[in-house]
Amino acid sequence: MKPSELPRRAGVGFKPEHFTAINGATQPISFFEVHAENYMGDGGPPHAQLRKLREDYAVSIHGVGLSIGSMQPLDQDHLVRLKIVCDRYEPESFSEHLAWSTHDTTFLNDLLPLPYTEATLAQVCAHIDQVQTILGRQMLLENPATYLLFEESTIEETEFLAEVARRTGCGLLLDVNNVFVAATNHQMDARAYLGRFPVQWVREIHLSGHSETIDDAGAPLLIDSHDTPVKDPVWALYEELIGRTGPIPSLVEWDNDVPEWPVLRAEAEAADAILKRAAARRAA
Amino acid sequence: MSLATQSEFAAALIDPALAVPDGLTAWNGSRPARRFGVYRSNVTIGLIGALSSRFPAAERIVGEEFFAAMAREFIRLHPPRSPLLLAYGDDFADFIESFEPTREIPYLPDVMRLEALRGRAYHAADTVPLDAALVATIEPAGLAELTLVPHPSASVARSAYPAITIWAMNTGEIELADIDDWTGEDALVIRPQMIVEVHRLPPGGATFLEELFSGTALGEAYERALAEAAYFDLSANLAGAFTAGAFMAIR
Repeated sequence: MKPSELPRRAGVGFKPEHFTAINGATQPISFFEVHAENYMGDGGPPHAQLRKLREDYAVSIHGVGLSIGSMQPLDQDHLVRLKIVCDRYEPESFSEHLAWSTHDTTFLNDLLPLPYTEATLAQVCAHIDQVQTILGRQMLLENPATYLLFEESTIEETEFLAEVARRTGCGLLLDVNNVFVAATNHQMDARAYLGRFPVQWVREIHLSGHSETIDDAGAPLLIDSHDTPVKDPVWALYEELIGRTGPIPSLVEWDNDVPEWPVLRAEAEAADAILKRAAARRAA
Repeated sequence: MSLATQSEFAAALIDPALAVPDGLTAWNGSRPARRFGVYRSNVTIGLIGALSSRFPAAERIVGEEFFAAMAREFIRLHPPRSPLLLAYGDDFADFIESFEPTREIPYLPDVMRLEALRGRAYHAADTVPLDAALVATIEPAGLAELTLVPHPSASVARSAYPAITIWAMNTGEIELADIDDWTGEDALVIRPQMIVEVHRLPPGGATFLEELFSGTALGEAYERALAEAAYFDLSANLAGAFTAGAFMAIR
């Protein structure tokens, strides 16, 4: 099983509108991440662009449609499509979400939450075993941004993720913005959550922006909207975490209201500065 | 989570008339309606976005708000059957064909069909088209029996309305203006390299290419084109198709 091995520096979620700017100069970016589903056509500009990026940068393929948290079997056609994309680009890493998005034959196009129970744990592990067997590579599983809880949950999320990693050998993708969003939405302590997180299995970090609204009782409800710069409290959590763990490959995502390339690049450079400081402290 | 719970959750996401499923909570004990609403709106807004990126001319014709409303109705009745959203909406035009609120825009489905074909051409396999110079080298004797393999991106769009002109006007390809010659239009959709092209076809041209694309021999394709358009110019049509890059091989 090929391990996930991105550079321990900053990367950026690739948006096609940035291709010309990125391609025109050497970028201070160590890796680009793309959504697998956008590269499942046979050919055309998406593949031409990714082939070009692949020549100069490490690549992470990030799936958003596999539905690992589904109580039904995985879509075998989709697994094959994922394998084709991975075989085509030989990415340094492949990741997916602790969530579901397909039910019966309907694709619901969102990362939907699941309760954490012995039954869902067994199901998620079985699905990850299948993915890793078919792809021949270790996958990373990402913690979700959630908006509600399930009465039937019996296992704490960090414990659930740790157990999945222990049983399947998968790595974890720690989305710090998702931690902050979920902590606010469920009135938990984000620092305590990160303190419990099994960081020894984290192979990548995600950073992004969120928006704010309120729930039915008027309490703050944060939405994982990927449409703003990374917010200050998320940067603070990230810096503390990296101070503790040392450098981990870190990706900035900005998927909606996408800014000009230099703005996104500056976000990645801010993450990279934190990574470099941590690396220097370790070396000292 | 049992399968039944997931089924209930899924059904309530797609149909806002259904109640928020039982078993969902919030830390403050609030009714989780707004919280569930975040998922509902993510699903719908994400899918409307996927459709609007495939059908920009249709969105421009009916307006953003109206497009979102018709997309919402399509999504509710025809949710995606695969995570491959780049192909979602291939049947949106057929749905709009019988959609009452757009009955007064009869050309809309044809504009949408053209946009769907352009999307398919965009993602089609990359292949170098047959060299146009090859047409001149074909022996006249064997010409009638010749069959051609279409380029993977090639397709024909047909309309009883000036749908090609209307599409071009609503994507900024040409200036918006009154259409004096309100007549049917056909086009070849093709991506020989990285850019999708739309070439207007003369009368008989669509039938000719449709025949060739489905494997009919050149002689018979010509006969069928002639039956539709008495002045059909074989050499001009064949040269036009080759120059556009419509074929990848001679069988």
